[in-house]
Amino acid sequence: MSERVGEAATAPAFPDAAKRLMTNQQLRRNVRHATEVIRGKRSKVVGEMPDWEMLRESGHQIKEHTLRHLDFYLEQFEQACMRAGGQVHWARDADDANQIITGIIQSHNESEVIKVKTMTSDETRLNSALEAAGITPYETDLADLIVQLGEDKPSHIVVPALHRNKMEIREIFLKKMKLDALGDRPEDLTNAARDYLREKFLRVKVGVSGANFAIAETGAVCVVESEGNGRMCLSLPQVLISLVGIEKVIPTFNDLEVFLQLLPRSATGERMNPYNSIWTGVTPGDGPQEFHVVLLDNGRIHVLADTESRETLDCIRCGACLNACPVYRQTGGHAYGSVYGGPIGAILTPQLQNMEHSQSLPYASSLCGACYEVCPVKINIPEILVHLRGKVVERGGAPFSEKLAMKTAAFGLAGPARLSGMQKLARIGQRPFEHDGELRNLPGMLSNWTSFRDMPAIPKESFREWWAKREQDEMK
Amino acid sequence: MIISLFITCYNDTLFPETGKAVVAVLERLGHTVEFRRAQTCCGQMHYNTGYQKEALPLMRHFVDVFRGAEIICVPSASCVAMIRDHYPKMAAQAGDRLLSQQVSDLVPRIYEFSELLVDKLGVTDVGAFFPHTVTLHTSCHSLRSLHVGDKPAQLLRHVRGLTLNDLPASDECCGFGGTFAVKNPDVSGAMLSDKVSCIISTNSEVCTAGDNSCLMQIGGALSRQKTGVRTMHLAEILASTDSEAKP
Repeated sequence: MSERVGEAATAPAFPDAAKRLMTNQQLRRNVRHATEVIRGKRSKVVGEMPDWEMLRESGHQIKEHTLRHLDFYLEQFEQACMRAGGQVHWARDADDANQIITGIIQSHNESEVIKVKTMTSDETRLNSALEAAGITPYETDLADLIVQLGEDKPSHIVVPALHRNKMEIREIFLKKMKLDALGDRPEDLTNAARDYLREKFLRVKVGVSGANFAIAETGAVCVVESEGNGRMCLSLPQVLISLVGIEKVIPTFNDLEVFLQLLPRSATGERMNPYNSIWTGVTPGDGPQEFHVVLLDNGRIHVLADTESRETLDCIRCGACLNACPVYRQTGGHAYGSVYGGPIGAILTPQLQNMEHSQSLPYASSLCGACYEVCPVKINIPEILVHLRGKVVERGGAPFSEKLAMKTAAFGLAGPARLSGMQKLARIGQRPFEHDGELRNLPGMLSNWTSFRDMPAIPKESFREWWAKREQDEMK
Repeated sequence: MIISLFITCYNDTLFPETGKAVVAVLERLGHTVEFRRAQTCCGQMHYNTGYQKEALPLMRHFVDVFRGAEIICVPSASCVAMIRDHYPKMAAQAGDRLLSQQVSDLVPRIYEFSELLVDKLGVTDVGAFFPHTVTLHTSCHSLRSLHVGDKPAQLLRHVRGLTLNDLPASDECCGFGGTFAVKNPDVSGAMLSDKVSCIISTNSEVCTAGDNSCLMQIGGALSRQKTGVRTMHLAEILASTDSEAKP
């Protein structure tokens, strides 16, 4: 089995990665600025929709229905796509998908591909697999291009280079595009990217895309984007390969009516995406003459099997939860050690790996609920985080000191006499650390509290002791 | 009206003044407060940290203790959220139909302190006097789980002498998050730092909230940094009267 999510299995634990990344003030400023801008735009265009809550509910219901009948809709998609001239491949895991895609490219004796933004291919680490087979992938989404040329990793599922500012992008372009001079205005940078990419669009014969939606009824695939570079990748090459997670299927063309309202408003704060590409199989004389869909499982079956957290697969990858998350906004996406960062990544990444890795991610949240509030398909992320924490504990993934503390607390809270006893013990135990009613320099796990915060000392009299006295006084 | 107080385990231990203040306000309004001494904890810390097995007996105990109580007042939004959002599911998962029935009887009788005053008792002026500048931190659970809206602010606006300063970015988490604060201390600290900057920018003497858990986090930094800003639970402000609050 080679189910994997990028390099998540070997990534450092979230608290350690976060600590290191948060020393990068430039990155934090970039992330803060970018998420503030997108949040502001989202909030404006969502606010103008009187039926937003109904749309969210519809999106949720359609996805839930589809997941309950996923076997049916996947086969329906396969048949419809094949009828329209497409070829459908089933990939059990990341290696499977990469081999299928490499094989198709090699069967045409090609050594280059152009790519439309596809996070799923980052999940399977397709670019590394292609390079190992002597095939050069060119990312064409501007942000993905910045990440690729900067030998960097995506830090956001919609805006992968959100952690970079224009000065940094200018330096990457200057160096990697071998330019003599380059301005730092956005139009200078996009012009440089245009010159660099146009030549590839016209030359390269194979395109690789992801998918936002796969429509079971018609076998069509839908990709939305802002730049038009995707449209070029989808229409100019002779061969097009779309890597599609099995959860991307929706039943009918009409369902797009719901999702094409929810997605752009949630993702980029636009009423509509500038480019909405929907294509069905192959059309003679128009666009790619060979079309492949690779349907990817890669652990999605594990997610589907757990009815408590299945709705994780409802996700339409809008990234609204990342922008809303106070944890993500402090750390950026790299801290999550996965191509899927933020709240959705914190629940998706460990589940795709059958909870065997990334066990610190379900804890990378204060459970503030901001993610659930903005999710366009109403994924109850906080509840799933808590559910997954339970699985981590069940698997023995919690630190010993925590388990001990929790067992002790459970014992002490089992009845009022024990609680009173614990309160008394704690009052004695805190003495060496008490200064003017505040506790400082507490030992063990609690040092994580007192290293930068005071902790109130436990007062001499608990509420229950006060109440008991009061009742006694009243009896007198 | 007889109101049963669920003090919550950490208020009982760390913030008894909040409990006394709740009793003072409710009695001032002419109600009788009862305190069922067998009570301990709602199980939130265990449940949210992944120790759901350990949380179940705490829930059973809670349900037993408060059986028959007409109105239960809880001066903590996060404990109310635990009960409302998770007890029904926990009971269902335990496969215990009697427990499920008891939980569904119990849940509608649980009120967070500001909900009790404004919704159930219909009071916004509790006769308090507190001549200080105050800013209000709306805890995430009160905001997104309980949807208390502006109830705490309504109560504060009716306190004589009190100046309420709007807190910028008031819907942002303070970074407490229970065990999150110790499991992810650096991120928690960065979130706290943003919150403290916002609080200081209001030039208030006091930061209040309906949750002492947030206030322990916020107050911990305000105290360590010697900002001179105090934290006080909403109930303690509402309990203040002319005789006590005069400087």
